[in-house]
Order: sequence, then structure tokens, then C-alpha cells
Amino acid sequence: MENTNYAIETNNLSIHYGNFTAVKGVNMKVERQKITAIIGPSGCGKSTLLRAFNRMNDFVPSCHVTGELLLDNQNLYGKNVDPVEVRRKIGMVFQKPNPFPKSIYENIAWGARINGFKGKMDELVEQSLRSAALWDEVKDKLQQSAYALSGGQQQRLCIARTIAIQPEIILMDEPASALDPISTLRIEELMQELKKNYTILIVTHNMQQAARASDYTAMMMIDDQRAGGVIEFDDTKAIFTRPKDKRTEDYVTGRFG
Amino acid sequence: MIRKTFESDIQQVKDEVLLLGSMVEHAIIGSVDALKKRDIKAAEKIIAEDKEINKKRFAIENQLMILIATQQPMAHDLRLLASTMEIISELERMGDYAKGIANINVRMGDEKLLKPLIDVPRMAQKGADMLHRALTAFVQEDVATAQALPIEDDEVDALYNQIYRELMIFVIEDPKNIERANWLLWVAHNLERFSDRVTNICERTIFIATGEFGEIKSSDDEFWKNQKK
Repeated sequence: MENTNYAIETNNLSIHYGNFTAVKGVNMKVERQKITAIIGPSGCGKSTLLRAFNRMNDFVPSCHVTGELLLDNQNLYGKNVDPVEVRRKIGMVFQKPNPFPKSIYENIAWGARINGFKGKMDELVEQSLRSAALWDEVKDKLQQSAYALSGGQQQRLCIARTIAIQPEIILMDEPASALDPISTLRIEELMQELKKNYTILIVTHNMQQAARASDYTAMMMIDDQRAGGVIEFDDTKAIFTRPKDKRTEDYVTGRFG
Repeated sequence: MIRKTFESDIQQVKDEVLLLGSMVEHAIIGSVDALKKRDIKAAEKIIAEDKEINKKRFAIENQLMILIATQQPMAHDLRLLASTMEIISELERMGDYAKGIANINVRMGDEKLLKPLIDVPRMAQKGADMLHRALTAFVQEDVATAQALPIEDDEVDALYNQIYRELMIFVIEDPKNIERANWLLWVAHNLERFSDRVTNICERTIFIATGEFGEIKSSDDEFWKNQKK
């Protein structure tokens, strides 16, 4: 898998809560060092699917997954796979910035330390903050509480914290929906920088954001059994200028529902 | 969910495009009619009215830009608004052809027409008729008509070739005819270009409806091929 263009691949991936199938039969090849957006109306299973990518759904007791999720030829839902190791390779940034109640410095250092980082911590902190385009704003107050930062800065701190662990893939669940427009654009610019080194999957309600920021777009929709699925997956340019599926057309032109 | 406000704005733009189209139709028929009758006053009126066509084009362009800025159109909506931008610029240029013919009429002054106009009004009639149907196809997104119309452009090209040959004979017979032949050749050329632009409008209609770009055919290529024979 290392040598292919795909960072991660799903093979008939379905997500169930007890008897209910929330997401059904997803076949997706996520290209390396690209930004792939997942869009679709509320309740279509976007976040559920995103969470399946790093086994966050494991925390929901009734949830189980069928099909395959392949990273480096390994099924992440296979036996003997440590979900903690999965989450180290596949980091996640959430809708609401959730820094630890610690200093800015410790927010970066903590995860790295737990993961057995043995290098020079100061360098890792600086490098991670620089990559997240936050260094210049915080370099003089690294020991201050992360809570003193603005929402946009906190979100970039969370991105820096994720990068510090050197993941292969970064999942972003509505990373800018709680931010003002300028902070939002800053996150989008940052994503363009990050994709030089990482593969990014982003769930967003904001279609303009998907159109602006992503390379590929997966459109999700529920079927008549209320199971969500990917109904169209294409180049972002194609999705927003000439979608093939009528339902995608209705959604991106704001005529859904 | 239907975007009522946006849809009614789009409908309003389409109505304005139809209005602009009818102004252009009126201008092209009127310019040839004035030439046929050598009515300089009527020609001057067409020249003055071209300013209204230009104004209308800019007004529609402004409406389109406001919709793009405020409604964030995507997919079909985006293709429609972007292509309409293109179509109104075609229409404005078509209006310029009518103005060009009116200008020739004015510049001819007292000079008589080299020959009575038979095929030139036919070209104008055909072009105006094609334009009318092309804009109806645009509003209704009627792909079949948009694909069929450009083929009719052959009739206009055939008339143009015929006029060209006739005028050449006048010139060969008597070089003193050169200037007056040249006036008419210019008129016919404007009319030929007029219908070519109908093809461009049809291509846009197909793009709006299907998302496919495609050149239907270039009648210019056809014309130049015929000249080599």
C-alpha cells in the first residue's frame, strides 16, 4: 500500500448500531496527500463514516463494523489490531476545539510523550506549532493555558497536537463550523499546507468549504432504509460543476429535501 | 425544498435575455430593411438604439454578478449563470453587426445599391429566425433544438457564398463596381457572422443542460473549404 496512490481504502464498509445499519457498503479509495471531503445532508452518516476511519465508533457499545478498512494492506478492523495504534496513525480534529486544560506547550508535548517520543521536545513543539501556522502567535506564551487562546487558535493548536504524533492521515469533523469566517479561511489555508505531508479527510456541512478546500468529494445520502451511503465520489470540480447523480445536483444547488 | 427567491431571480434574468434577444432581432431585420429602402434616417435610428442593447447587456451582466456573489450557485445553476454571461456578450456583438450594416447604409450616402437586395434580406430573416429559436431553446433548455439549429446555418453560408460569387462577377465586369460591391460584401459578411454566433448560443445551451462542452461545427471552416475549390 505504501507505494500506491491510496492512503486508505474501504471495501464494502458498513457500520451498524445493533440491528440498524447506519452506513452501508462504502467503497472508497482515498488518495494520498490529497484532501477528500465528505458532504451530505444531516443524518446521512458522514461523521459516523469518518469516525470509522480511526475506530472512534469502538466507544459506542452497540456499534459494529463489517467490511474492510485497509491501511498499508492491513484491515484496521482485523484481529490483533490495536485501536490505539490505529488512532496514532490516523489523527482526528473535532468540531469544537478541545485542547487539554494545560499549557500550550503541554498540549503538544503530552501526546508525544505518551507515545514514547524520545527526541528534543522543544523542537517538536516548535515544529508542530509552525506546521499548524500558530507558532508566531504563541511563541512568547507557551506556558500560558491553551484556554486563553481564541477559538481559531485553539483549533490550530488541536491540529498541531495531532501533527506532533506524526500521523499518516488526519480526519477533520467540521473543523471550522465553530469558527468565524477569517479563522475558517485560515484553517482551509492550513489544510493546503498540511496536504503536502498528510492525507486529509474532512466532513463538512459547508459546501463552499468542500468546493474551496478539497480535491475529491464524496456525496452521502440515506436510502429508504435510512442507511447512509456514498452515492457519488468524484473530483471536487466535477461534483460542483457537473455532478452525475440528480441527488448530488439537488444537494449542491440547495434544492435538497 | 425549492429556492423560491433564487429561482424567480433566474427566471427574471432569462426574461431579460429574451428581451435583449428581441432587441437584437429587431435591429438586424431593421438594418437590412433600411438598407434595402436606402432609408438613412431609419439606419441612424438603429445606430442610436444599439446603445440601448449595450446598456441592457451590462444591466444583465450586473444582475448575473450579483446572483453569483449572493447565491453561491453550483452545478446546473453555476453553468446557467456563467453561460448566460457568455450568451449576452454574443447578443451584444450580434447587435453590433446590425449597427455595422446601418453604418454602411449611412456611409453610402447618395450612392445607389449595386443590385436590388434579394438574398441579403433572406440571410437576415434566416439569422433572426434562428436567433429567436435558439433563445427559446436556451430558456427551455431544449437540447434537441440546440443541436439541430447550427445545421441550418448552412443555408446562411450558402446564401453568403452565392452573394460573394455574384459580387465578384460585378467586380470583374467593371472595376468601378468595386466600392459598391465591397459595401454589400461587408453587409453579407456581417450577416454570416451573425448566424455563426447563434451556433455559439446553442453550444452554451447544451452545456447548461448537460455539462458537456462541445463545438457543434464551425461554419467558418466550411466557408474557407469551399473557397479553395
